[in-house]
Amino acid sequence: MRKYIARRLLESIPVIIGITILSFAIMQLAPGDPLASFINPNISMEDIEASREAMGLNDPWYVQYFNWITEVLKGNFGYTYNGNHEIKQLIMDRLPNTIILTLTSFIFSFAVGVPIGVASAVKKNTAFDYTFTIFALVGVAVPSFFFGLLMVYLFALKLGIFPSGGMINMRAGYTGLVYIQDVIHHLVLPAFVLSLSNIATVSRFTRSNMLDVLKEDYIRTARAKGLRNKLIVYKHALRNALIPVITIFGLSIPFLFSGAYITESIFNWPGMGQLGIQSIADREYGVIMALNLITATLVLVGNLMSDILYALTDPRIRG
Amino acid sequence: MFKENSFYDLAFKRYKRNKLAIIGTVIVFLFILLAIFADFIAPYGYSDIFENAQTGLYDKYATPSRDHILGTDEIGRDIFSRLIYGARITMMVSICAVSISTIIGLIVGLVSGYFGGIIDKILMRLVDIVISFPVLFLLISISTILEPSIWIVICAIGFVTWTSTARLVRGEVLRVKQLDYIMAAKSLGTPTFKVVTKHVLMNILAPIMVQVTIATSQAILMEASLSFLGVGVQRPMPSWGNMLIDAQKTIVIRDMPWVWIPPGILTLLLVLGIYFVGDGLRDAFDSKQ
Repeated sequence: MRKYIARRLLESIPVIIGITILSFAIMQLAPGDPLASFINPNISMEDIEASREAMGLNDPWYVQYFNWITEVLKGNFGYTYNGNHEIKQLIMDRLPNTIILTLTSFIFSFAVGVPIGVASAVKKNTAFDYTFTIFALVGVAVPSFFFGLLMVYLFALKLGIFPSGGMINMRAGYTGLVYIQDVIHHLVLPAFVLSLSNIATVSRFTRSNMLDVLKEDYIRTARAKGLRNKLIVYKHALRNALIPVITIFGLSIPFLFSGAYITESIFNWPGMGQLGIQSIADREYGVIMALNLITATLVLVGNLMSDILYALTDPRIRG
Repeated sequence: MFKENSFYDLAFKRYKRNKLAIIGTVIVFLFILLAIFADFIAPYGYSDIFENAQTGLYDKYATPSRDHILGTDEIGRDIFSRLIYGARITMMVSICAVSISTIIGLIVGLVSGYFGGIIDKILMRLVDIVISFPVLFLLISISTILEPSIWIVICAIGFVTWTSTARLVRGEVLRVKQLDYIMAAKSLGTPTFKVVTKHVLMNILAPIMVQVTIATSQAILMEASLSFLGVGVQRPMPSWGNMLIDAQKTIVIRDMPWVWIPPGILTLLLVLGIYFVGDGLRDAFDSKQ
C-alpha cells in the first residue's frame, strides 16, 4: 500500500514540472514586448537594450523559466498590466468563491447521481429507468451555457424564485446567518447548472456498476440464502458498486473547473472563472497563466487523492 | 455491404435493430444535408443586414414574421439563415478538430502501447500533463493568445483533446498485441510498421470508431462554449455558440427568446443525435449481447 502511494507521488513529480513548463510555454506565445510601452523619442535604443538585459529578457528560455518558477514557488505571480494589482491577491480573493461553487456542485452530483443510478439499476427497463436514461443523455448533450440561460429565463426572470446572478444581495447588506442564507439562495441555480452533466455521468456510471455487481455469484448466493432483496441491494451490492465511482471523483474535478468558467460568467459569480473571462477581455496573460497553473495543480492533487482513496477502499488494485 | 456474417455485418444488423441509433443516424444525416446545402436552404446570406422599411434603420431584434421566420438578431441579420450556415461551420470545426485529435491520439497510443518501455512512460506522463489542465481553460488560453479565429479553434480543440483517444488506443493495443496472430505475423518477419498498421490497428477499429463519435459530440460542445465566450468562431461568421453571445443581456433572455433558444436547441439535438449513434455503435460492436 505504501509502495503504491509512493509510486503515485513519484509519478506526479514529472507531471507537475510538465504543467509548469506548458504554462510557461503558452505564456511565451503571447504577442507583444513587455518594453513596448517604454519606447518613445526621449529614450535611446541603448537604454532599452540595457533594461532588457537587466530584466533578464535576453536570457535563454530555460534561465527565464527558472527565474519565473522560483518566483512562483515563493507565491509571486507578478502584477497585472492594468492598475498594477498583485495577481496573487486577485486570485486569492476569488478562489474561495469558486471552491464554494464547485464543492457544492460536487456534492450535488453524487448526492443526486448515486441514488438515481442505484434506483435505475434496481428498476432496470421500467419507465423510471427510461426516464432517467433520457434525462442523463440530455444532461450530457445540452450545452451548459444554454442550460444556464434557460434556468435564468425560467427560475429567475419568469418565476422569480431565484436571483439571476451574483453571490450576495449587494443592496441589503446582510450579516451573519441571513448572509449565509442569501449566499445559498444565490448558489442554487449556478450549482445545479454546473453539476447537471456530472449528475448524468455519475448516475449512468453507478447504474452500470450496479448491474454488473448484481450479476455476481455472491449476490446469487445471498438470494439463495433467502436474504431480503433490500438487504442484498443496499448492503451487499451497493458497497461494491460504489468503489469504482470513486474514480469519477478525480475525473469530475477538471470538468467542474472548466464548467465554472461558463457558469460563473452566466451567473456573475465572482470566482476564478469570471476572473478568467475578464482577463481574456483585458488581455491579462499573467492572470490567465496563473489560473492555468493553479487549476492544473488542483486537478493533479485531486486525481492523486482519488487514486489513493481508491487503493485504500479496494485492496485488489494495490500493486 | 460487408461479407456475410463477418464481424461488421453482424454489428450492422445489430445496429439496425437499435431504435435510438436509427433516430440518431437520421438526425445526424439531416444536419449533414443542412450543412451541405446551406446555400440553397437559407433564404438570405449569413451576414446580410436588413433595414426596417418604416424607420430606415437596421431592423434589429425583429420579431418572427413571414420575411424572417425566426426574426432578426442584434444588428438585423436573419436568424434562420444564420442557423443554417451555423450548421456548416459547426460541422466543419468539429470534423477537422476530431481528425487532428484522432491522428495524434492514434500515433501516441499505437507507439506507446506497442513499444512500451521508456517511450510509453514518457508519452503517458505527457498525457497526464495535458489531462491536468481543464480542457476549457487550456482552450481559452490558447485561442486568446493566438487571436481567435476558426482555424485556431480547430487546432486548439485538436491539440488538447487527443489524450482520451491515446489512452484508449494504448489500452486496446496492449490487449491485442499479445494475441497469437500478432506473434505469428512477427515470426513471419513482417515489418514492424506493417504489423502495427495492418494487424494491430485494423483489429481495434471498432472501439476507435465509438471514440471518434463521442469525441465529435464533445468537440461540438467545446466549439459552442468557446464561441459563446467570444474566443471561438468570430462574428459575422455564424456559429451556434456565438449566436448566444447576445443572450447574456437580461433583456434579450427575457423578451427575445427567438434569438437564443433555436441555436441552443439545434446544438442539443445534434449532440444528442451523435450520442445515439455512438451508443448504438458501442452496443453493436459488443458481440457478447
